[in-house]
Amino acid sequence: MLSRANLIGALLFLAAGVVGLFLPPWLVSLLTIAFANALVVLGLIILWRAGLVPFGQALYYCSGAYTVALLARWGGIGDAFVLLIAGGLVAGVVAFLTGFLLARYREIFFAMLSLAMSMILYGVLVKTETLGSTDGFGVDPPHFLGYAPHGDTLGFTLYWFVLLVCAIAALVIGAYFKSVAGALAVPIRDNEIRVEFLGISVTRLIHMKLVIAGTLAGVGGALAAMTIGHVDPNMAYWTTSGGFVFVTILAGAGSVAAAFVGSLVFEIVRSFAFAVLPGFWQMTLGIVLLLTILFLPEGLGSLATRFRRRKPDTKPVATS
Amino acid sequence: MLTAFAILTDGLAYAAYLFMVAVGLTLIFGVMKILNVAHGSFYAFGAYGAAMAAGIYYDRGLPEAGGFLFMILMAMAIGLVLGLILERGILRFVYGKDEVIIVLVTYAVFLILEDVIVFIWGPQSYAAYQPMVWAGNIEIGDLILSNYDILLVAIAAGLALFAYWALKFTRYGRLLTVVIFDRETAAAFGINVTVVYTVTFIIGAMLGALGGAMMAPKISVTLGIGVEVIVLAFAVVAVGGMGSIEGALVGALIVGICRAAAVHLMPQIELFVIYAVMALVLVFRPYGLFTRAQPRKI
Repeated sequence: MLSRANLIGALLFLAAGVVGLFLPPWLVSLLTIAFANALVVLGLIILWRAGLVPFGQALYYCSGAYTVALLARWGGIGDAFVLLIAGGLVAGVVAFLTGFLLARYREIFFAMLSLAMSMILYGVLVKTETLGSTDGFGVDPPHFLGYAPHGDTLGFTLYWFVLLVCAIAALVIGAYFKSVAGALAVPIRDNEIRVEFLGISVTRLIHMKLVIAGTLAGVGGALAAMTIGHVDPNMAYWTTSGGFVFVTILAGAGSVAAAFVGSLVFEIVRSFAFAVLPGFWQMTLGIVLLLTILFLPEGLGSLATRFRRRKPDTKPVATS
Repeated sequence: MLTAFAILTDGLAYAAYLFMVAVGLTLIFGVMKILNVAHGSFYAFGAYGAAMAAGIYYDRGLPEAGGFLFMILMAMAIGLVLGLILERGILRFVYGKDEVIIVLVTYAVFLILEDVIVFIWGPQSYAAYQPMVWAGNIEIGDLILSNYDILLVAIAAGLALFAYWALKFTRYGRLLTVVIFDRETAAAFGINVTVVYTVTFIIGAMLGALGGAMMAPKISVTLGIGVEVIVLAFAVVAVGGMGSIEGALVGALIVGICRAAAVHLMPQIELFVIYAVMALVLVFRPYGLFTRAQPRKI
């Protein structure tokens, strides 16, 4: 467990936590959202390694967020840990149920069907007056095991809370990538019939990946709902999913760290574009996406690999 | 009885609209295997262009009848230019990449074009109601129908017939069918696939813009109209089978009638029903209603 990569990762998360103390509150909340979204991206990376690009991951993101909001409002539950687990669990169950259908599809059809599923949720939420229709509704600030901070302190506490969740997720997903189930993703993308011939059920493997990715998206949505303090149906709209896919392409599927770096870069580019070129922030994002696809098809993560490859690589390839 | 009739007429009008936006999308997918997210931008550009044309035309006090034609011509011209720029300027550099990657390229184009619209036309909304007023209404029993809706249905039907005729009975259409079936074999037989791609994409773009121009009198032309259209067109195309023109027609009819039924009987599920129908169809026909079976490649 205590490999070098994990140690470096833990140190980086600690450093991020310490750095947060010296940053202005608006930047801290931006980072909090970036890290929360990174969890969704982490889930997308799991799927993308197997060649699947869902254009409807917002379904699980929104399920997680609304679970938190509903529990906080009508369930009277305000504990961040409970809300987080509930959000992840509900999204995981939704992913498990939709997975029976989605796991049969590949490529474009997978993308479109997942899109349809998220749009169904959007359609339901928009027409539900009790849940505030298109306006959504507010989420009460959470408390942490009895500790109930306010104002800027709440922002910092949430930031550390999100970092903690991210660190755990990074550790678990890193281990998953090394496991047989995780390592089989690339063979599935290359030629899934041959994987079937090995005696492995591809459908079941993909179903599992869908549930993991959905749970991560739900956790991300739950954290986002607590941070923003508001939920609305746009969380399930296809543009939200598109944004996540965008970050995944930007990050590349190379490693766990790529999800966090990509998400941070995306939030920074977006905020920067929004502040400097208010009328052209979408254009800026589009151009960044185009350039990434054309010139950096493996994502930002590949920059590190490219750099490393210059050194003579004598380490044998891990076989599992 | 009245409700049933209203559902039928509303459904047909909505289906006409859906078919017009979906046909270009399915054509581009059938020939080029590109799921074009930027199709929503074509629609938006067409609508804005038509609204602008209506402004120019009617301000001069020219004869009423020509305005509609001018709007359509303007939208088609915009579609032509836009399609040409996108295909030659961006898309040809990504042919051969993964289908899903090309979807993302068109998504990037969509994001860029959203801001281009703001740049050209500004954030305010436009109205081009004149053709709708000019067309007037017709009363059938207790039901008041807009002549414009009837025109819309007629044009969509004409478009469907024209597409059928063009694909089956013209030289270009037969070449297109060959490319749809097998691109490599078509190229081996001497069909210039590059030209076919460019022309197809331009036609698809013009159809998208035409859809926008036809809808402009019925809606307020404002920011974000392309965002909604693109998912609707996706749903129609997925129901009918991607790349199939007759599929787009049947898909548009199914989705249109179902939505109209929902609007009249249970307005709460109006948005939900479109995607529920799509999911339901895909459960039983995973690749839509009108698709050929694909062989598994080992």
